[in-house]
Amino acid sequence: MNTLILISVIPIVLLYLGLYKVKNALLPVTVIGLLVALGLAVAQWNNGAQPIFHGMMLFDNFSIAFSGITISSTILILLLSKGYFEKISNHIAEYYAIILFSLAGIIVMVSYYNLTMLFIGIEIMSVSLYILAGIKKNDFASNEAALKYFLMGAFSTGFLLFGITLIYGSSGSFNLEDIRNYVLMHQHIDPLFYTGVALIIVGLCFKVGAAPFHFWTPDVYEGSPTLITAFMSTVVKTAGFAAFLRLFSACFAPMASFWVPALLVIAIITLFIGNITALYQQSFKRMLAFSSISHAGYLLFAIIALGAGSANSVLIYATAYSIASIIAFGTLILVQQQSNSDNFESFNGLSARNPFLALVLTIAMLSLAGIPLTAGFIGKFYMFNGALSQYQVWLVIIAIINAIVSIFYYFRVIIAMYFRTAERTEVAVPVYYKFVLGFSALVTIIIGIYPVLLSNLI
Amino acid sequence: MTVSILLFLPVVAALAVLAFKNEAAKHAALFFAVVEFAIALTFLSRFIPDATTQFAIDLPWIPKLGVYFNAGIDGISMMMVLLTTVLVPIIILTTYQHQYKNAPVFYALILFMQAGLLVVFTALDGFLFYVGWEAALIPIYFICALWGGENRIRITIKFFIYTFAGSLFMLLGIIYLYLQTPGKTYDLHQFYNLSLDVHRQTLVFWAFFLAFAIKLPVFPFHTWQPDTYTEAPSGGTMMLSGIMLKMGIYGVIRWLIPNAPLGFLSSQWIVILLAIIGVVYASIIAFKQTDGKRLAAYSSIAHVGLIAAGIFAWNTQGLQGAMIQMLSHGINIVGIFFIWDIIIRRLNTRDINQLGGIAKVAPQFAIAFLIIVLGTIALPLTNGFIGEFLLLNGIFIANIWLAAIAGLSIIFGAVYMLRMYKNVMQGETNALTATFTDIHGSEKLALGIICVLIIGIGVYPQPLLHLSQASVSNLIQTVTAKIYESGIITK
Repeated sequence: MNTLILISVIPIVLLYLGLYKVKNALLPVTVIGLLVALGLAVAQWNNGAQPIFHGMMLFDNFSIAFSGITISSTILILLLSKGYFEKISNHIAEYYAIILFSLAGIIVMVSYYNLTMLFIGIEIMSVSLYILAGIKKNDFASNEAALKYFLMGAFSTGFLLFGITLIYGSSGSFNLEDIRNYVLMHQHIDPLFYTGVALIIVGLCFKVGAAPFHFWTPDVYEGSPTLITAFMSTVVKTAGFAAFLRLFSACFAPMASFWVPALLVIAIITLFIGNITALYQQSFKRMLAFSSISHAGYLLFAIIALGAGSANSVLIYATAYSIASIIAFGTLILVQQQSNSDNFESFNGLSARNPFLALVLTIAMLSLAGIPLTAGFIGKFYMFNGALSQYQVWLVIIAIINAIVSIFYYFRVIIAMYFRTAERTEVAVPVYYKFVLGFSALVTIIIGIYPVLLSNLI
Repeated sequence: MTVSILLFLPVVAALAVLAFKNEAAKHAALFFAVVEFAIALTFLSRFIPDATTQFAIDLPWIPKLGVYFNAGIDGISMMMVLLTTVLVPIIILTTYQHQYKNAPVFYALILFMQAGLLVVFTALDGFLFYVGWEAALIPIYFICALWGGENRIRITIKFFIYTFAGSLFMLLGIIYLYLQTPGKTYDLHQFYNLSLDVHRQTLVFWAFFLAFAIKLPVFPFHTWQPDTYTEAPSGGTMMLSGIMLKMGIYGVIRWLIPNAPLGFLSSQWIVILLAIIGVVYASIIAFKQTDGKRLAAYSSIAHVGLIAAGIFAWNTQGLQGAMIQMLSHGINIVGIFFIWDIIIRRLNTRDINQLGGIAKVAPQFAIAFLIIVLGTIALPLTNGFIGEFLLLNGIFIANIWLAAIAGLSIIFGAVYMLRMYKNVMQGETNALTATFTDIHGSEKLALGIICVLIIGIGVYPQPLLHLSQASVSNLIQTVTAKIYESGIITK
């Protein structure tokens, strides 16, 4: 709870700092504040938490683990922001404040114990993101991204809310425990309840960018400032899956036979659409957008094969995916600044000029592709393990085919960096970037070699 | 003393080599590879050639999922460890005349790959095996793609996708077996104890087979191989052909057949047939080659096809033949590729028709070349003979007609190899080959070691055969017992 309060207070402080033009204090205050928030969250570990506020919130280990991951990723992304926002607009304090407001929404999303809190959390997060997507006020693509995201987002929130209402209508409660009891107690569940579950699936799939509700993703990811894209594709996606998993494992697990086929179809479509479209991209940023869709497909495995290990699988997969994406986007920002293009060609010959950047990006790509000794492999391994234990052999075979396809586009950037040449000057790498990229690459390898550090958490 | 020293030293060495500058990196890499070989020899001296697993290490890795760092050496693994640790120093020695750009990275990748290979050859845990399998693939991909020839980008990605695809299906098979074990573990011996029905075993068999067949490669999964061998830098080609393809053969012996004996039984003849088609097909294509490296690549497919057929015949002769032939083939093919490396470096061509008469200007080179060619075509008193004889013997026990066809491979091999030797070394010296200088320094040393090994093993193979004998017969008994147990075949 303290974490949430702190994360809600920091942005207000930041806005005041912005008002008094203390620009240099913004980043340190944010980062230190978030580190304290992280510490507060970790301090609550294994405390035997009970639902608080009449069963509105529950800060159990699940919530703490996901809060920890999302806060840490946000810190890494914010560290990359030094000098980045200044170039885009004058209102820097607002950036930090809105990102943190969004993070507050995310903490609610991973800690809710009542459907109203889920809705409020998603809304706090989304409204902040609509603004962030459009924050380059004079940029056409950014405006388009914001408008598209807002319209589609509002639409999907409508679905989600409608679903919640139907569930309330049939079960008589917003509380997760009561809903679960309703599902367990009743032989004949109200058809409206089923409709509600279906609508919630639609709403949540939109938020995590799963096909066929993914159409906003590429345009919004491409149009938004790259750092915001990094935030959306890592922190927001992780939170979306945590919320998804919490709802389904707490409430809907007993009626799995109803929604598993639907999610199975969604996961398969997501994998194919994400991977095959990513093959044809010329822009690295757009490729990452489609790859993020395909990773949503893998993450859905954990919900399809719902079990004791699901939370763990999502945690590992989301962490692996987030840190690898942060490296990818961080490198992209640097390369983009130099060549003014986010095409694959911009990466040509990077290894000769910046061996460090090329190395960390290679590690990130190998991790995203799921090659052993990187965190991404451990994530995929857990997902495949879970899916096979539920006898979803065909799903895993489809996933394998997709993993093979994904090699083509992940290796494309490795090939560009190492085996092609281009006449360009060295990319300047600021110290902050060196730290974040190096740290993330190290974590990727460490988790890849010794995943127990993370996998025994929940 | 546990196998962990053997597995971790190359990793440490790979990191250490990065700290050296270009020329020094060569020497450092060679030093570490020789130390690794010395360690392997001390293991060998303490090794008791019975069927037990020795020097074992078993540490918890991801205990919740039943993953343990479980590795050990038995007779079969010992042969593979010897193969790897003997060949890596020789391969590093053969690269001494090259000036590779970023040499420290090149040698670090070779040493890292050695670690991956040794993990594969000693792993007793499915997860560890898979990790080693991929850990060997990544470095060789970068070796081929960074230091390869003109078409390297297209060809190496094809190679990578092929092998990665196969290994993912193997991962599927491994996880599937894991889920069937009562205690939910990746322990190989628990896998051995499973008794699944024929249908499931067949699925497991093909999932594993795909990975191994691509690695070997068995016809029709071989299409990546000639291109990759041709385009890769010579050091990479030697690592691939000398050691890496043995991962596939070893996988068949250790992970494929004992894990799915009934699946093996139902698919045995399909695989033997594919292997023998591969032998004949590759030999015929080898006839037509004028490119020396490609010829060697196809000859490798033919030889490996014979090994695969011998293994799938599944008797002591065939399996023992496979064990010794793996070692011999590794030595011989490294020799052949080194010969071509020397020719290419001096004359800048691989076209057999442009060469001729080198024997006159380089007699020492000619002798070494001849010994290697004779080893490859399995002349008695060379190492190739022992292996091919036992393999054919094994196939003969299984089926006499197939043995007859497979036996053709020796004749074919003699024809294309001797023809290659004749065209390159004998005849009139032309303007190009007159410039050929005889071997010296590190070249002489590397070729000398290879020739000594070829003749040494050929004359007195008994210690090596003895090394794997007990493990091989034990493995065959285990599988036979499992097959009888299922009741499909009665005694």
